[in-house]
Amino acid sequence: MKKPDLLPGTLDMLILKTLTRAPLHGYGIAQSIKRFSDDVLTVEEGSLYPALQRLLLQGWVKAEWKMTETNRRARFYTLTAAGRKQLGLEVTQFEQMITAIGRVLSEPA
Amino acid sequence: MNPFSIFLRKLSLLFRRNRFRTELDEEMAFHRAQSERELVVSGLSSEKAHSTAAHQFGNTTQILEQSHNNIAFRWETVVQDLRFTLRQLRKNPGFAATAILIIALGIASSVAIFAFVDAALIQPLPYQNPARLVQLFESIPLGPRFHLSYPDYLDWKRDNKVFQSLNVFEPFGFMMKTPDGLRQTDGARVSDGFFRTLGVTPILGRDFYYGEDRPEAPRTTLLTYAAWQKRYGGSPNVLGQTVVLDGDPYVIVGVLPRDFSFAPAEPADFWAILKPSSCRGCHGLFGVARLKDGVSFSAAFADIEAVAQQLERQYPDSNRDQRAFMLPLTDVIVGDIRPILLTVLIGAGLLLLIACVNVASLLLVRTESRRREMAVRGALGASPRRLVRQFITEGMLLACVGSALGIACAEKSMRLLATLIPKDMMAAMPFLHNLGLNARVLAFAVLLAVFAGALFAFTPILRMRFSEIREGLSEGGRGAAGIVWRHFGSRLVVIELATAMVLLTSAGLLGKSFYRLLHVDIGLEPDHIATVHINAQPEKYNKDEKQVALAREIVSSLAQLPGVKSAAITTKLPIEDADGTTGFRVVGRPYHGEHNEVPIRFVSTGYMTTLRTTLVSGRYFADADNVSGAKVVIVNQALAKQYFPGENPVGKQITFGGPKDPAMSIVGLINDIQEGQLDAAPRGAMYLPFVQNPSSSFVVLVRTVQDERAMLPAVEAALQSIDSGMAIYNPMTMDEKIHDAPSTYLHRSSAWIVGGFAVTALLLGVVGLYGVIAYSVSQRTREIGVRMAMGAERRTVYRMVLAEAGQLIVIGVAFGLVISVPAGLLMRNLLFGVRAWDAPTLAAVAAVLALASLLASFLPARRAASVSPAEALRAE
Repeated sequence: MKKPDLLPGTLDMLILKTLTRAPLHGYGIAQSIKRFSDDVLTVEEGSLYPALQRLLLQGWVKAEWKMTETNRRARFYTLTAAGRKQLGLEVTQFEQMITAIGRVLSEPA
Repeated sequence: MNPFSIFLRKLSLLFRRNRFRTELDEEMAFHRAQSERELVVSGLSSEKAHSTAAHQFGNTTQILEQSHNNIAFRWETVVQDLRFTLRQLRKNPGFAATAILIIALGIASSVAIFAFVDAALIQPLPYQNPARLVQLFESIPLGPRFHLSYPDYLDWKRDNKVFQSLNVFEPFGFMMKTPDGLRQTDGARVSDGFFRTLGVTPILGRDFYYGEDRPEAPRTTLLTYAAWQKRYGGSPNVLGQTVVLDGDPYVIVGVLPRDFSFAPAEPADFWAILKPSSCRGCHGLFGVARLKDGVSFSAAFADIEAVAQQLERQYPDSNRDQRAFMLPLTDVIVGDIRPILLTVLIGAGLLLLIACVNVASLLLVRTESRRREMAVRGALGASPRRLVRQFITEGMLLACVGSALGIACAEKSMRLLATLIPKDMMAAMPFLHNLGLNARVLAFAVLLAVFAGALFAFTPILRMRFSEIREGLSEGGRGAAGIVWRHFGSRLVVIELATAMVLLTSAGLLGKSFYRLLHVDIGLEPDHIATVHINAQPEKYNKDEKQVALAREIVSSLAQLPGVKSAAITTKLPIEDADGTTGFRVVGRPYHGEHNEVPIRFVSTGYMTTLRTTLVSGRYFADADNVSGAKVVIVNQALAKQYFPGENPVGKQITFGGPKDPAMSIVGLINDIQEGQLDAAPRGAMYLPFVQNPSSSFVVLVRTVQDERAMLPAVEAALQSIDSGMAIYNPMTMDEKIHDAPSTYLHRSSAWIVGGFAVTALLLGVVGLYGVIAYSVSQRTREIGVRMAMGAERRTVYRMVLAEAGQLIVIGVAFGLVISVPAGLLMRNLLFGVRAWDAPTLAAVAAVLALASLLASFLPARRAASVSPAEALRAE
């Protein structure tokens, strides 16, 4: 079965949210989103890495090279204060949107 | 995050591009390794896991590209495209060089010509509100642009109700007294308010004050900036100095601004105050006036005409048939050159069009051969938009480089063109001093460049439909697309050929006009004639006898110079203007004060034999026609035809208008000497013996055995030794006079320039045709191979290719013919002795174009015919 695509515009929010728990590398972020969404959401690598570059540029995440538990070098992303603020903003907007959509859908036919 | 820190971050990343890339690569490699490990853990073989992980991960290049786009400046992709374009062009330097050269050529010619148009027609004249200035003339039966007399000026000034101010000027060659004797000096005489009417203020000293032109006021003069620099070294002490002009002392009171020029009186160094004259029949002035606010040109014209009519009634003796005539000052100054400049500008525009079309079709051919490349780039993830941008970048780059080169050449070529203008012509067109790459000209150049760039960018884009990209990959871009292109490309070639045809026809017509002009019957043999102007001191030669003696001495000593066949004197050379006129009447006929105005020349005995005119009837002047002899006159055929129709004028008597003027016998009838410009109709003229009407200024001519140019120094030296105090100026040959005459120059220059454009257009058009046919042949190699394998003869192949070319040529030439006639009509003002639909010219041009085109298509036809069937079939 084909998995549903991410809602447009939500990838940044999901990445930022994932990073609130702990600093992670790209693979970790993808795995984490997959796991927490019970395998419903899959982050395409083709969108993940360009998105990470965008977040870095905006200053919402920081990146540093660290060793993993398997002793390989990986780039770990950490949420910044600006990123936390941005996350709050995006979550609010997203919830407003969902509520609005919900209202429209719950209107009896 | 504020935009500025984002910008800084982008900037810092810009300088760490390599690190950015390797880090991302490593990150992605890590990602793949992790997925691979997972897959192995879930039980896949390591090889299978590796390929699955790679497959899952997707296109790394694309990810890298997108990440890069996210953090890069927008212009970086432009730089990328540019780099790629440069690589492409370097791979194909022949194409790049050809395209750039063609554009440069087109842009250079258009921009150079536009600079002339700008200097002459767009830049305003250096006066206040020049559009409100008019020049006033007196119109007489001989023509509309003749002079006013001083009393008429005063009456016009007083009686008109339409001008803010009205003033007069007169171009005037002064004889300036110098320690070395008299020197001819260019100047003008103007009434007191002349510069105020123009709105010009001296930069040093003062303007003439009102009333400075009254007889009792001391004579004063202004200097041009150039004369101030040249003659007085730009010294401010020049004010108050005195110059002696024509024997009168003039005090220098001011210096005119540097950018001041007034073409109708140029060249002029001294602008002296004009003193009044009471002679209503003496004409020498032109009016210049500023319209009152709210008065239209036609209303003003009507008013001044009424004033002149009133004067005609009031002074029937002097003012009979003297009307007013008026033109905008701008028309007087640039009226002659306007049609030529516009014609040449259109010619340059057509050349540019051909050049652009040519490059566009070169680009089309390249597009065809790049279909596969585009398909590959598309498959590798380049977005259609990016591919389109690549074309735009290429087009713009070609246009920019070509235009930059073109603009650089334009600067050079406009200077070159300006130096080709004879000095006298240049003096009459002072506005050309502003020639240069100013902001307007540059803006025009940029506009052309953008137009060319857009054309180059969009021609291939129009052709390259992106649905075809995948097709292109699979089948190698052949077949239908090639045919479509052939149609498109061939339409472009038809445009080129038709345009070339128009330019060639125009050049042909102008060339023929020029030829006709030079072969106008001027009534004399101009070869081997050298001439010099002389002005002797009036106070030394103050009596008729002295002037006659001087003239005699000059003629006899010049005639004795080795290499001189004969020498003569006149008061005005042929091929100048029909000025120097006088009214006459025929003795014995009723006279009511008609103005039978004809040019009059005072000539020495040998004048007509020296010029080798033709004696129709009667005799030339003889030595017996001297002071004591009977008054005699020689007339030309035009005069005889006009005033003695059906009669032989020889033996008749005429006299000048006044009742006391003596009667003169017509002793000879000669052919018409062209007194006016070459393109003017012949006019009646009369010639009187110099000895019966001597003066201290005249022109000497000698007919030489050998090169007349080489004789000039000897002639001048001989004149010097007779009296070194004379002003001896304007040495030239009669041939030079004909070739440098304004009408000749205008015809010659337009013929040459348009001719140059036409030849270039012919070349470009033919090259364009060659390109189309050659491309068509290369696309059909396989087909030709099959045909030949099936037994087609080489002759058939030739015929096939030439028929294709022939069709294009016929259509192109036919279109060209249709457009050429209206184009010729548009420039009929520039044509002389030839009509716009001149059949021989049209036929010759069509033949030349067709022949050249056939020749160009012959080469690809031969290549097609020499195709080896086996190779052609193998080729794929």
